[in-house]
Amino acid sequence: MKRVVGLLLVCLLGLFMWGCGKEAADQASKGTTDQKDDLIVVGYAQVGAESDWRTANTVSFQTTFVEENGYKLIFDDAQQKQENQIKAIRNFIQQEVDYIVLAPVVETGWETVLGEAKEAGIPVILSDRMIDVSDDSIYTAWVGGNFIKEGHDAVAWLDGYLKEQGRQDEQINIVTLQGTIGSSAQVGRTKGVEEKLPEHPNWVMLDRQTGEFTQSKGQEVMESFLKSYDDIDVVIAENDNMAFGAIDAIKAAGMDPGEDIIIIGYDAVKAAFEAMIAGDMNVSVECNPLHGPRVAEIIQKLEKGEKVEKIQYVDEGVFPAETAAELIDSRLY
Amino acid sequence: MTNVKKILRKIYGHSLFFPLTCLGIVLAVNLIKTPTFFQISLNNGVLYGYIIDILNRSSELIILAIGMTLVVAGSGGTDISVGAVSAVAGAITIYSLVGSMSSAVYRIPYGFAIILGLLGGIACGMFNGFLIAKLKIQPMVATLILFTAGRGIAQIITQGFILYVRNEPFKYLGNFIPGVPIPTPIFVAIMVILVTVLILKKTALGLYIQTVGINRKAARLVGLNSSLYIFLIYTFSGLCAGIAGMIITSRVYSIDANNAGLNIELDAILAVAIGGNSLAGGKFSLAGSIIGAITIQALTTSLYAMKVTADQLPVYKAIVVIIIVMLQSTELKRMVHSLYQKISNLIAGKKVA
Repeated sequence: MKRVVGLLLVCLLGLFMWGCGKEAADQASKGTTDQKDDLIVVGYAQVGAESDWRTANTVSFQTTFVEENGYKLIFDDAQQKQENQIKAIRNFIQQEVDYIVLAPVVETGWETVLGEAKEAGIPVILSDRMIDVSDDSIYTAWVGGNFIKEGHDAVAWLDGYLKEQGRQDEQINIVTLQGTIGSSAQVGRTKGVEEKLPEHPNWVMLDRQTGEFTQSKGQEVMESFLKSYDDIDVVIAENDNMAFGAIDAIKAAGMDPGEDIIIIGYDAVKAAFEAMIAGDMNVSVECNPLHGPRVAEIIQKLEKGEKVEKIQYVDEGVFPAETAAELIDSRLY
Repeated sequence: MTNVKKILRKIYGHSLFFPLTCLGIVLAVNLIKTPTFFQISLNNGVLYGYIIDILNRSSELIILAIGMTLVVAGSGGTDISVGAVSAVAGAITIYSLVGSMSSAVYRIPYGFAIILGLLGGIACGMFNGFLIAKLKIQPMVATLILFTAGRGIAQIITQGFILYVRNEPFKYLGNFIPGVPIPTPIFVAIMVILVTVLILKKTALGLYIQTVGINRKAARLVGLNSSLYIFLIYTFSGLCAGIAGMIITSRVYSIDANNAGLNIELDAILAVAIGGNSLAGGKFSLAGSIIGAITIQALTTSLYAMKVTADQLPVYKAIVVIIIVMLQSTELKRMVHSLYQKISNLIAGKKVA
């Protein structure tokens, strides 16, 4: 009995893998046939689909690199595993794609496979995260957000807002809900704010603590902040989700977020616009996931044989609550 | 004099002595570092204070630890899938309520959605139980399947999005019911404790689980259906994970398949260990695990209150946990005892000489 079940399971597994393999083979043959009709073939090794931001990032590529624009996109979802991405890049090289776009899962361990791509003469464009390599000639360009500038933007907005409210000479007490310690978003945003703090001697950074980018941790840490400090004026949450947690904690303490305490978030996800319309949040600094058009621009330049800049930041906006109502419908993520 | 010694020994020898001492020490440090730690006030119609936070935030951990205690006692293994299972249960509930778009309108009645979520948790538990009790796969390996696949399942249900329920009553379970000053999760945890204790005390189930845990074969030889009990305790652990998932999702009125209950299974196992339970199975103490769960949360909250910076937080946590676990080690106690005896012998020997 057990053997029969076991055999059946093995058969099922075999069938399943055969199905998957077939799909990949289909894709591969498509890739090579399309190359004949002058489409630029782009292989895109994406991290996965771990957040709304990532999904928007993927959609941006899928809508930019369409056949009408002269592209053929081969998309690979690595499910957050580097070995899948390495496999995907090797596949891309075998299929002789024209360009490889990589959103690396981790920063290290890319020398070998990207070296192979370089040998094959395929330019590699990095999206979102940076890689840590000794020889930076193995990638052509990097496209992503500037987290430090996002920190500067947040400070600039707060400065303007306080002046508007006539509070520029008051002592302003700030707490920060940090992201996962060591992540590039956390490091950049913390540094960006820190760099600008000395320009505002009346601002006091009371405390920083990590909320690990999640709403529930953000709420927990904010609960603790509210008990430790009586007079918090501003909360800087290094992503919107933690800001939502902070909003709940402030409400539970009987205060009015957005009014009694200024709430600053990053990312500008759609839910943040909903919170701003409800009057709970004051501003969200964008972390733009729409990298597709910028990468397409780079590819066009490379096609013409022009030189491109190695580091390219995408445009990022600051969205205060006043603009939330009119912009919410245009938000894709 | 001997009486005092006897009483002292009785207190010292009690199985809850060490868990309680650990909790006591963690709380006592606060008394010195943050004097306001024990203040509780009525703020905005609800109880407000660090102690309330600890009890509130430890509720889901307590619920998971109860399920984990029985799993450990009965099978000598651990259920590492509980965090992922709670995400699955939460995803089922929220998806059945609002579908694949964040919304305020329920598609089906709230109670029905909760039952669906809990059934999802039970189903996951039954799957684990089947693998472990019937196919005799090692618990760690069997539950590893859902540990990795569970979040994937939850992702498929939510289609990779964070789904929000924009409906005020949905928050009651994880926050406050209007007019009640005590956080709802505390009630839920107490209910789970009461029901479990009642079942274990009113029936011989507790004894059976212990017996199976001490020696599965011997238990079967005296007429206990070992496999059935192991199946049941994993199912129960799945149910506990489901209940915890309901609280976790209600707290943030949303399901984030990647982060809901992330790493909570490790805390649950730690709670069982801090509670003085042997992870090899057999005798168990629910009270110990509950105290263990509260200790873990008390530690986190205390470190926040003491303003430990984020990058140092894990270090302090690790140090405290190492000390607590070392304190509980019988081997260490024996070593210290023999060392003490050697030294006292030495001193005595010198005196004689």
